[in-house]
Amino acid sequence: MLDAAENQTTADGRQIGPVVMDLKNITLRFGGVEAIKNISFDIREGEIRAIIGPNGAGKSSMLNVISGFYVPQEGEVWFKGYRRGPMRPYQVARLGIARTFQNIALFDGMSVLDNIMTGRLNKMKAGFLSQALWWGRAEAEEIANRAQVEKIIDFLEIQNIRKTPVGRLPYGLKKRVELARALAAEPQILLLDEPMAGMNVEEKEDMSRFILDVNDEFGTTTVLIEHDMGVVMDLSDRVVVMDYGRKIGDGTPDEVRNNQEVIDAYLGVAHD
Amino acid sequence: MDQLLYASEVFINGLMTGVMYSLVALGFVLIYKASGVFNYAQGVMALFAALTLVGIMNGQVPFAHLINAMFGTHLDKFGWTVPAVLAIVLTAGVMVLLAILIEKLVLKHLVGQEPIILFMATIGLAYFLEGLGDVMWGADIKTLDVGLPQGISDTVEQLTDSWFGYGFFIDRLDIWATIIAALLVTALVAFAQYTKQGRAMRAVADDHQAALSVGISLQFIWIMVWSIAGFVALVAGIMWGTKSGVQFSLSLIALKALPVLMLGGFTSIPGAIVGGLIIGVGEKMFEFWIGPMVGGATENWFAYVLALIFLVFRPQGLFGERIIERV
Repeated sequence: MLDAAENQTTADGRQIGPVVMDLKNITLRFGGVEAIKNISFDIREGEIRAIIGPNGAGKSSMLNVISGFYVPQEGEVWFKGYRRGPMRPYQVARLGIARTFQNIALFDGMSVLDNIMTGRLNKMKAGFLSQALWWGRAEAEEIANRAQVEKIIDFLEIQNIRKTPVGRLPYGLKKRVELARALAAEPQILLLDEPMAGMNVEEKEDMSRFILDVNDEFGTTTVLIEHDMGVVMDLSDRVVVMDYGRKIGDGTPDEVRNNQEVIDAYLGVAHD
Repeated sequence: MDQLLYASEVFINGLMTGVMYSLVALGFVLIYKASGVFNYAQGVMALFAALTLVGIMNGQVPFAHLINAMFGTHLDKFGWTVPAVLAIVLTAGVMVLLAILIEKLVLKHLVGQEPIILFMATIGLAYFLEGLGDVMWGADIKTLDVGLPQGISDTVEQLTDSWFGYGFFIDRLDIWATIIAALLVTALVAFAQYTKQGRAMRAVADDHQAALSVGISLQFIWIMVWSIAGFVALVAGIMWGTKSGVQFSLSLIALKALPVLMLGGFTSIPGAIVGGLIIGVGEKMFEFWIGPMVGGATENWFAYVLALIFLVFRPQGLFGERIIERV
């Protein structure tokens, strides 16, 4: 058993930190349907944690519990050593949990730059009078925030589309802009809901590289849902496997790959 | 020469009328920008604000009719009058309260719904508010005087008379309306473009889920926007109420704002101003030149025809966001 407070070394020799989020006995119901059944797992600082499973396994629901979009009926969410009470999604976002969506949720009417700037809304402290009149601390603040955003734009190689309205971009780039907006918030935990869904091989490779680079460069703790097994096994430090709302496996990619229950779920053994 | 001077007088008066239209259109644009909803109740909000302002200034007892009918009392007025400035501040407070109630009772339950559903809700709101205004302050026509100068401006008339030998008739109230509208628009544009609340407001208009995920409180933004729209409604209510009395037909000015919005674009604050000016000048000039040939009364329909023509060639309006759709 891993010790919650200690640093750990993963199979491929990477260091991951102490537990930053601990989910205990989470149960989520929609009416009579149990989408998540009594699931517990933890997320460690600096790791890439994947949640995998067949369609309808409850992966997105799990992500929505972490980001506060769903409130579980049972169970506890512990974040940085404190138990999180029921919170609205925007409050969770302010705690430093940023996310992207399976079906892309960007502000289509705004430019790429403005979209990414919204990620920094909670970093701005100047009063609205000061901002409207461009006077006092607003100027310095805007410049600092803008510098941070430009750094992310450089990092994700989207300089050439900075001023383009997001509505005009192709799918793959939109996904990247969404990642940029989430990163702009300098999140404690970054949640990616199927960051590579619907991409071609080249786009997938780009996105994988960005996720790894982000994790390397900023040490961002990342939780991601993905269907492409090859990608998941390459990217992640630890993997949670879900099936029919239950957790059927949890461990390093190698452990999970050799888990009989996981193999059954993916190869389609009849449930009795 | 006289004809030309007369035409320019009509032109200037058109501009001034346009400013009054713009004041109403502004409220629509604000709410549209922040929630993608056409707020049918904007005109009624202007009426409600004006009614409340008059009521407070005259020291009327709110719900007097209702209370009298229920308890057989004869309440009418408190017997005091409130100075205009204080009454305006109090009315602004009432509009903020109204915004909070709208958010709590209506909008909160409609997060993530289609814009058409929200539009329907605002229709309901409009008729509710009209009824509330009636029950609260009574249905009689009231005069509103907050101390804004009215009547023909002698200064302008004398000046222009000495320059051109022809005195321009311009209502002083219109001059004030122009100044106030200019201030209001400058403040609103600065707010929407440069503040983080403004950026959050535009974000909420685009996508509720995405806005939540970057830590924007929908509740706060909606209350804020409806409060500002309520304040703009108050300003429009003061101007129109001073001009034509506070009466229930005031809510119909919203219908004049519609062509203004089609012209200027639903999402643009400067668009509301330019659109208002074009409509104001357009209908006055049309009435002046073409009106006599077709028997007059063109002001009733000219704005709508102009807006229709615009819709055909530029559906997003002059300043609206480009409509982009990838197939």
